[in-house]
Amino acid sequence: MSELLARLRGGATLLADGAMGTLLIARGLPPGEPPESFNLEHPDLLAEIAHLYREAGADIVHTNTFGGSPLKLAMYGLEDQAAEINRRAVAAARQGAGAQAIVSGSVGPSGCTLQPYGDAEPDALYASFRAQIAALLDAGVDAVTIETMTDLNEASLAIRASRDLSGTLPILATMTFDETPRGFYTIMGTSVADAVSGLGAAGADAVGSNCGNGIAKMVAIAREMREIAEQPLIIQSNAGLPEIEGERTVYRETPDLMAAQAQELLELGVSIIGGCCGTTPDHIRALRRIIDTMAR
Amino acid sequence: MEILEKIAAQLQQGEEEEVAALTQRAIDAQIEPKQILDQGLIGGMNVVGELFRDHEIFLPEVLLAAKAMHAGLDRLKPLLEAADVPSRGKVILGTVQGDLHDIGKNLVGIMLRGAGFEVIDLGNDVSPERFVQAAKENDAAVIGMSALLTTTMPVMKQVITLLTEAGLGSRVRTIIGGAPVSGDFAQQIGADAYAYDGANAVEQIKALTV
Repeated sequence: MSELLARLRGGATLLADGAMGTLLIARGLPPGEPPESFNLEHPDLLAEIAHLYREAGADIVHTNTFGGSPLKLAMYGLEDQAAEINRRAVAAARQGAGAQAIVSGSVGPSGCTLQPYGDAEPDALYASFRAQIAALLDAGVDAVTIETMTDLNEASLAIRASRDLSGTLPILATMTFDETPRGFYTIMGTSVADAVSGLGAAGADAVGSNCGNGIAKMVAIAREMREIAEQPLIIQSNAGLPEIEGERTVYRETPDLMAAQAQELLELGVSIIGGCCGTTPDHIRALRRIIDTMAR
Repeated sequence: MEILEKIAAQLQQGEEEEVAALTQRAIDAQIEPKQILDQGLIGGMNVVGELFRDHEIFLPEVLLAAKAMHAGLDRLKPLLEAADVPSRGKVILGTVQGDLHDIGKNLVGIMLRGAGFEVIDLGNDVSPERFVQAAKENDAAVIGMSALLTTTMPVMKQVITLLTEAGLGSRVRTIIGGAPVSGDFAQQIGADAYAYDGANAVEQIKALTV
């Protein structure tokens, strides 16, 4: 068993990092450029971000490879460089976070819609995820985080691609839910219960939710998951919903607000807590404090 | 008319082949193409839009219904063109530069075509220059812009600024949509309208083009 899984199953609470895109934009990523373009051009900035999160107390840092599958990169004409883009991201995260950190490869949606409602063939998505995850593994990731998924079928293809490549690689899988009058569902119609059982059945070692509409909603999702999930849970919340101020995007949830609410996540026994869009090293630092306080 | 209700019902179920076959049957039965369109296809799609808005159904069902609507439209198109139904005007549509999310924009396009607008869909990642150029070349009445990313929303304002600079500000109306966009944001950047879904986009654009 990997060290990460042993720690999770032993009841440890681990802290993951916060937003990548938010920090890249602050470092000059132009609107509309794929964040992964930085992997080739500015790996030093990726190392800096990994270092900042590590310094803030994160146990797990993610690679800048959310859109690093060949299918997604093809939308920017970068698919030929997929392997290099993924390898560089792992190297930069490792360099910035140090040997002791857990480096997890971020794998986001392909950007394609599966048949029958869309046009994408399942085999094509599987092959694309497999190529990305093979490159991440090759470069030495400790785990993969399959995240921001809304289609359970697509998430399952990515999980299966990971498992087929390695029997021991820890697979963390999270989906993004909206609140509806009938409860939380992804926009593709996956309920929280279906996500937990479906992600688990596909082979995920830990399941949960990321992105979303702020920490309070995440607590409600975690509560629902806790009742049914046997696996360790992961929650990586946005700092609220993005709002537009002039021409800037702002997220309203402060580090203190997030940390206060995260207390409930800890009480629910969520194993991995981290941030998503709009969170910064300050948010992670606040979460570190609350985790350490609770552990005492 | 029973067959039109059937078309609407099958469209809601996303039954592509059924909708195509029923549309053909309605055509063969000499029902007015405009009526087949309004009461059958658009009638069905409007219900789908409402169900989606109310979270009764999810995106897969909407996408399947849109496919079914297309299948019906393909049968009707030659007849609508031959019947010379007057166009309600031209709408330039696109997802703004830097943004590749086009599901919502495509649905708006289908609904607008169904409602009798001539739609020129520029696709995704559309620069402000291309929006304005297309509006000029086609003598369009409306530019419709879509964005899913908060980072690309500012491009909408650039389009409006460029449109004004080109002297088209008073002639070409603008409407915006997409998950992070709001009526407040539309007002802030000087867009003429904001639509929260496909059916609403049709209503708003009708109001802009009277």
